[in-house]
Amino acid sequence: MATNPGLAIEARGLSKQFGNLVAVDHIDLDVPKSRIYGFLGPNGSGKSTTIRLLCGLLTPSSGGATVLGLQVPGEAAALKPRIGYMTQRFSLYGDLTVYENLEFIADIYALTRAQRNRRIDELLEKYDLVAQRRQFAGTMSGGQRQRLALACAVLHKPELLLLDEPTSAVDPKSRRDFWAKLFELAHDGTTILVSTHYMDEAERCHRLAILDRGRKVADGSPAELQAATGMNIVEVLADDPVVAQSALGELTEVASITQLGLRLRVLIPESFADPIALIEAKLGQHRITARTATVPASLEDVFVAVTQKRQAA
Amino acid sequence: MKALRKLFAVIKKEFRQLRRDRITFFMIVGVPIGQILLFGYAINTDVRNLRSAVANQAHSHLSRQFVAELGQTQVLDLQFTVETPGQLEELLRMGEISVGVFIPPDFDRRAIDVHRPAAQMLVDGGDPTILGVANQLALMPFGFDAQSTVLRNRTIEVRPYYNPERRTAVNIIPGLIGVILTMTMTLFTAVAIVRERERGNLELLINTPVSTAELMIGKVSPYILIGLIQLALIVGVGQLLFKVPVRGSMLDLYVAASAFIVANLALGLFISTVSRTQFQAMQMTVFLLLPSILLSGFMFPFDGMPKLAQYLGELLPNTHFIRLTRGIMLRDASLADLGQELLVLGVFAVIALTAAILRFSRRLD
Repeated sequence: MATNPGLAIEARGLSKQFGNLVAVDHIDLDVPKSRIYGFLGPNGSGKSTTIRLLCGLLTPSSGGATVLGLQVPGEAAALKPRIGYMTQRFSLYGDLTVYENLEFIADIYALTRAQRNRRIDELLEKYDLVAQRRQFAGTMSGGQRQRLALACAVLHKPELLLLDEPTSAVDPKSRRDFWAKLFELAHDGTTILVSTHYMDEAERCHRLAILDRGRKVADGSPAELQAATGMNIVEVLADDPVVAQSALGELTEVASITQLGLRLRVLIPESFADPIALIEAKLGQHRITARTATVPASLEDVFVAVTQKRQAA
Repeated sequence: MKALRKLFAVIKKEFRQLRRDRITFFMIVGVPIGQILLFGYAINTDVRNLRSAVANQAHSHLSRQFVAELGQTQVLDLQFTVETPGQLEELLRMGEISVGVFIPPDFDRRAIDVHRPAAQMLVDGGDPTILGVANQLALMPFGFDAQSTVLRNRTIEVRPYYNPERRTAVNIIPGLIGVILTMTMTLFTAVAIVRERERGNLELLINTPVSTAELMIGKVSPYILIGLIQLALIVGVGQLLFKVPVRGSMLDLYVAASAFIVANLALGLFISTVSRTQFQAMQMTVFLLLPSILLSGFMFPFDGMPKLAQYLGELLPNTHFIRLTRGIMLRDASLADLGQELLVLGVFAVIALTAAILRFSRRLD
């Protein structure tokens, strides 16, 4: 595989099969260095499996990947000191204190005593864990645990950070703080691969890949993806959105309808000209009064559009 | 240097976790004390083919006939012929035989003398079962007696060695050390890797530069100390409550125990790498523990077991360790006398640890 020096990860045809289940199905990836790259997809879309393949924790059924210039899983041993990995589940020791966990990780990465103490103090400060220093990791809140896990993952200053749904168990405030930390890391040159099923998080990534049942269905920057949905998005404000939804459901042209409070978001492929007229005609037929307007695509619309397209295909 | 730092990181972490785990703490202290109090009593069974030796100084027709009849009982398996009672004692001490038959030069004369026993049986009294068998054998009517009108008490005088008071605890407790260590040591490490896998720690660990050997040796090391603490507890309680002696060198005992502990820990690690859940690991440990109790010579005299059971027993570390502890504690044998048993334990430990390291996968599939 030709390696592009600007890329941290390059995967071609990466696949993983567990028995009859194809968890990852011929995924190609180009993850640029010093960027935050997102994996967006529902549970079971193959995000975790892909991350594990990229760490060298799983052997691909076919295809392969180069991570930081090293083949996985063949050269995984050389890769380990250069990557940080945060598992989906909290994987530090609940019966060790915050400090002891950090100390253990530092020793595992063979930091010298002086380096270790300096780095731990720095991380406790940076990740707001000074007060929890002597607290058992098992008794901490979701947000605190997540900060500890991140601190441990970056302790040895890895070039590449792989984060598997890091924010799935934390409150919105912690998520915001967490992302601020990720941007700092990316700014300092760390490449970050992060999986999520939150749209707002996906929107923050420099680039992202949308995964659906093991396949990569789209990738690009959030703006690129939003510009290239291939759908017109019509927002319908109706007095009775439920009735309006059932009426619009009769239209075969409509790809998807999502209710947001009193509003409906209707996705219609761009191949159909004048979507507003189409919708207003249908609503008029049912004597439903509503206001309609075309709006720019959100990332959620992108997600719905690309997953719908695959179902249709 | 780096490897050493990583190794110590694992050891330190294990100690910290151990200190906080109450169930583990109970296992370290509670199991040995509970078991030692529980196993006060032995189970006696019929015994055959006890390894034995004869020192026949009479060289007479009658004495040869006597030896032949002893052999025909099948209770004794006369493996060696030596010259002096001293040699019998030597074989006894080395654990080569459990019964030595001494026939004095004046055997023929003694045989017709009602008041004096004709021969002497030197018995490893450490095992009360064997002693019981020897006592029964001593009551055996002997051919030349049939014509005699005088009832004689005994043809043979039995001299129990090492346990003159015939107390079961003296035999049980050296064996119990092996049983307790098998149980706790194997279980500790059998669940060690699986537990980390179940709790998700392993996925993080195998993504760090820690090597498999560092991880395995780091996990085993703290338990060696714990095993030796258990040994001290059992020996201490044994001496205090059951007056079990330690006639040999205490250092020999600890050296032998260290080899045995490492063998069991390594075996536990291997179990840990083949089982998927802690429950499976525990089941496998119990599966191993039962033969370690039944086939190791702990409950039943080893020589009395069927050949197949003996072969199986030889595969268990506990069998060899029990020979070591009984030898050292009861018969004042040295490690040099029992070098082969120690060697077997060492080989076992190396094989099991290597197998565990090879078997451990740094991947999840």
